[in-house]
Amino acid sequence: MDSSLTFRTGIKDVLPTVFGYIGVGLAFGIVAHTSHLGLWMVAGLSFIVYAGSAQFIITSMLLAQDPITSIILSTFLVNSRMILMSTSLAQYFRHESLTRNILLGSLVTDETFALAMNKQNHTAGKLSFAWQSAANLIAYLVWGVATLVGAYLGGLIKNPDQFGFDFALTAMFIGLVYLQLISDRKLGVRLQLLVMAFVALIYYFAIGLISENMALLVATAAGCLFGMEMKKCR
Amino acid sequence: MSLTELWIILGCAAVTLLSRVLPFVFVKQLQMPDWLLSFLTFVPITIMTALTCQGLFIAHPGHLATVNWENLWAAIPATIAGILTKSLLAVVIVGIAAMACLRYFGI
Repeated sequence: MDSSLTFRTGIKDVLPTVFGYIGVGLAFGIVAHTSHLGLWMVAGLSFIVYAGSAQFIITSMLLAQDPITSIILSTFLVNSRMILMSTSLAQYFRHESLTRNILLGSLVTDETFALAMNKQNHTAGKLSFAWQSAANLIAYLVWGVATLVGAYLGGLIKNPDQFGFDFALTAMFIGLVYLQLISDRKLGVRLQLLVMAFVALIYYFAIGLISENMALLVATAAGCLFGMEMKKCR
Repeated sequence: MSLTELWIILGCAAVTLLSRVLPFVFVKQLQMPDWLLSFLTFVPITIMTALTCQGLFIAHPGHLATVNWENLWAAIPATIAGILTKSLLAVVIVGIAAMACLRYFGI
């Protein structure tokens, strides 16, 4: 990753994350197929809702015939971490027009957010509309197409896990968190390691008590507060 | 697509879009207080750590979580690849290959 912030560089930088999208996207398509969702429903979920893990939850709640309102509420709760990520990411685009901010915001994901945070470590804290749009658009298209291919081929691939693609997502986050750790000079390695250990501990205990998605939020928020206190102590 | 499915798509799309876009609108218009900016500097590392943990632990509601050993084993070569190459692509490819090997040899 270098300091260039063009549209073309955005495409190049987002490519490693594409494997994660393909792996999980195919998996979602296959799950949707076995849950008897039509291709249009899969397309609607991927291209209009565009919510990654929440799409799995919507699918299982549809299958269980849960009421519409609780499906929408669950989607909101699962995606509420977007509020945190968007608030963080938006800091880099305050100088851009409102229209451009809305365009960028509408396609933020865990992956493109994490990628952008890695990128700004190499560009003295700057991001550009062109770079972020390229990352957002590639991620959006690859996700949508992968889920449709998965839904279409759903009946043919019996065991997609044997190729190890289900691990792509976890591997991607391992890579992103490691690169963040070594390149965020503002916080430093020691403080970040301490915060990471704290987040892992909170997450580990929290998933015994609350849902994984709530645990994600609680661990993230607790980790931020812990980090703030630790920074004051130094 | 049934009418129910249409409502679900529209409703879920609306709440998701608002969660993504409204922060951009607010941040553009308002000056954030210092404590919030300080809080937000920790969001990247904490959220990425939590998302990684999601892949490394298995939840058992009501009981302590257990380690996802398969993923943890595959995570070791993936992490080493990251330390050696500092390349995201290398981490992902080594991770996938390691997992395929683990499954192939039935470890």
